[in-house]
Amino acid sequence: MSQPTALLPSCERRTARRRNYGPLYAAPQTLWLLVFFAAPLGIIVAYSFMRKGLYGGVTREFSLDAYRALANSSLLQVAVRTLLVSLTATALTLLVALPSGYAIARSRNQAMRLFLVIVPFWTNFLVRIYAWIAILGNEGFLNDALRALGIVADPVQFLYNQWAVVLVLVYMYLPYAILPLFSTIDKFDFTLLEAARDLGATKLAALRRVLLPNIKGGLVTAVLFTFIPIFGAYAVPLLVGGKDSYMLGNIIADQVTKTRNWPLASAISMTVTALTGLAALVFLYRMREHAEPSLGEELLPEPHAALATFSDASHGASGSFTGLAGGAR
Amino acid sequence: MIGSDVAVSALRKSFGSFEALKDVSLGVRKGEFFSLLGPSGCGKTTLLRVIAGFEDPDEGSVTIDGREVTGLSPDKRRCNTVFQNYALFPHLSVYENVAFPLRIRKVPNRLVKDMVRRHLALVQLGAHADKKPSQLSGGQKQRVAIARALINEPSVLLLDEPLSALDAKLRQHMLLELDQIHDQVGITFIYVTHDQAEALSVSDRIAVMDAGRVLQVGSPQEIYENPKSVFVARFIGDTNLFSGRVVERLGPLARIDAEGYGPLLVEANGEAPLGAHVTVAVRPEKLRIGKAEPEADAEANLFRGVVEEPVYSGFQTKYIVRGRAAGAPEGLVGSLVVFRQHAQWSEGVPDIKWRDEVVLSFSARDAVVVESDARPSDPAPATEAVR
Repeated sequence: MSQPTALLPSCERRTARRRNYGPLYAAPQTLWLLVFFAAPLGIIVAYSFMRKGLYGGVTREFSLDAYRALANSSLLQVAVRTLLVSLTATALTLLVALPSGYAIARSRNQAMRLFLVIVPFWTNFLVRIYAWIAILGNEGFLNDALRALGIVADPVQFLYNQWAVVLVLVYMYLPYAILPLFSTIDKFDFTLLEAARDLGATKLAALRRVLLPNIKGGLVTAVLFTFIPIFGAYAVPLLVGGKDSYMLGNIIADQVTKTRNWPLASAISMTVTALTGLAALVFLYRMREHAEPSLGEELLPEPHAALATFSDASHGASGSFTGLAGGAR
Repeated sequence: MIGSDVAVSALRKSFGSFEALKDVSLGVRKGEFFSLLGPSGCGKTTLLRVIAGFEDPDEGSVTIDGREVTGLSPDKRRCNTVFQNYALFPHLSVYENVAFPLRIRKVPNRLVKDMVRRHLALVQLGAHADKKPSQLSGGQKQRVAIARALINEPSVLLLDEPLSALDAKLRQHMLLELDQIHDQVGITFIYVTHDQAEALSVSDRIAVMDAGRVLQVGSPQEIYENPKSVFVARFIGDTNLFSGRVVERLGPLARIDAEGYGPLLVEANGEAPLGAHVTVAVRPEKLRIGKAEPEADAEANLFRGVVEEPVYSGFQTKYIVRGRAAGAPEGLVGSLVVFRQHAQWSEGVPDIKWRDEVVLSFSARDAVVVESDARPSDPAPATEAVR
């Protein structure tokens, strides 16, 4: 009789000692993000409300000059162009990624095909852009081939325009769209397509009415993973675009390095970050409203989780400022 | 709705080196409840998928109401399928699942409403219209699949093992419900199953398939009472098989020297001339079991044996007995299966127990010749008696 009662307090003590170590485990990550993400972001926010220093840098007094300077027609023109280029590139990426993801999901050797999708990641981002220059340049492979075949006499100007930017952006972000699409299509039950066909749907109607709604999660992820980084593109328009294909990322970089107007660079960064963040949230919440409780919720990322993705991916826009030292994107 | 007749002729279909269908020809009549019965891998599902249009045959043709449909895509055929895993659209409500075919045909909304309501009522799911498939039980999902397949008013409904994912009790219930729906809508049902009890209980006719061929087509009674091959006799229910040479003809009867059992008198008609090697089937319920010898009967076969295994199952007991025909030489021990119905409560008392010596008997009239080397039959070799 006395033994079990004697055991009780020690049991309690043991359970009391079992603390929640979660925050401790997360501490390195928290520290890292605080120092290398939150703090720089804070600095940019602060700079955007300061006055431009005479020789670059900032003078520490509150000012809304930078935000007033945003209402500049040439800046707005670049913003509109950036939006159009991003929308076009994202749409084209999805158009290519959807059949690719479908084909990989239905193929017998998925592992090999996925491996091929990932192979380009082993080559540096900038090197791959230069590879495109080698292909599309006036003395590039494509022009050589066209001339050798007698199709054109003079080299075609492929590079340094809007379309070169879109083409290379699609190439760069294709894997980011293929992978999430593949993983949702792979989980899709293909007898549903047979059922749709059986019930009178044509091939196309079956894909549109049954496949697409059931892979919504993958589509949303693919859109977020491509649109957001493309919106903040910097290196691609710089290297393969012309003067008329400047995007917001390039304007920010110019403000930092050439014009040396750090408050303006910060203000543009903050505005872009806020707008893309807001757009992504609205997009996600809308998709979740229409999503199905059975399938959609587990496949659709939580909006706040997606924000992390966003903040990561959007370092093109807000980060081309902080990331200039690194030089990439 | 009016049913169609469906005919397939000389169908062949291979997947790589595997021949799923080897020269299959069948005719299904208007409004019939027709079952394709066979073990897994026998080609029954492939045959159904060829009729539905999901697979194109390598050779042969499919006609519905005499119209050739071979090569037509599934959306162009007047038949709909109930899938084994239901294949309900997870992103749509029960209502929209059933309405799907109408939405495809762009039927006006007020007509959709009425038709969906009627079809949900047919499968008793009116109260669940707004639920998502994931919120339904297996039986309910099955009903949605049936309603959805029927709303296009097809002339043929194809059912691919529709009950296999349900538990035994629900299966019985759904089977009766399917039969009632068949009676109500009056269209042709082609029902794929590996469960012989399901096929026997609801079908108008059954085609028994094995290894890509149709072995026998007939009513459940014909298939059960008069199997035309060892495979069919064995696949449908329990059976006692005896094989041996015909040693004597006595009018419509023949005496055979059954291997392992001794001499037996069986009904033979023209199929067992003297000297022919035949296999004979006797259903276990046709045998009588007792401790005392029954009254003498010229057409009865008598066995003496020992109960090896009594299997009690409430309404009946199945006895597995090792024994031989009365008058057979010592040393022969064959295995026999007997069912005894517990028609009166006292018979439920286990008066015949394990290792009891018993006498079995059956009438020569209850034995059916299933294979005979005097008639060309299916290629499956005659084999020894099985339980």
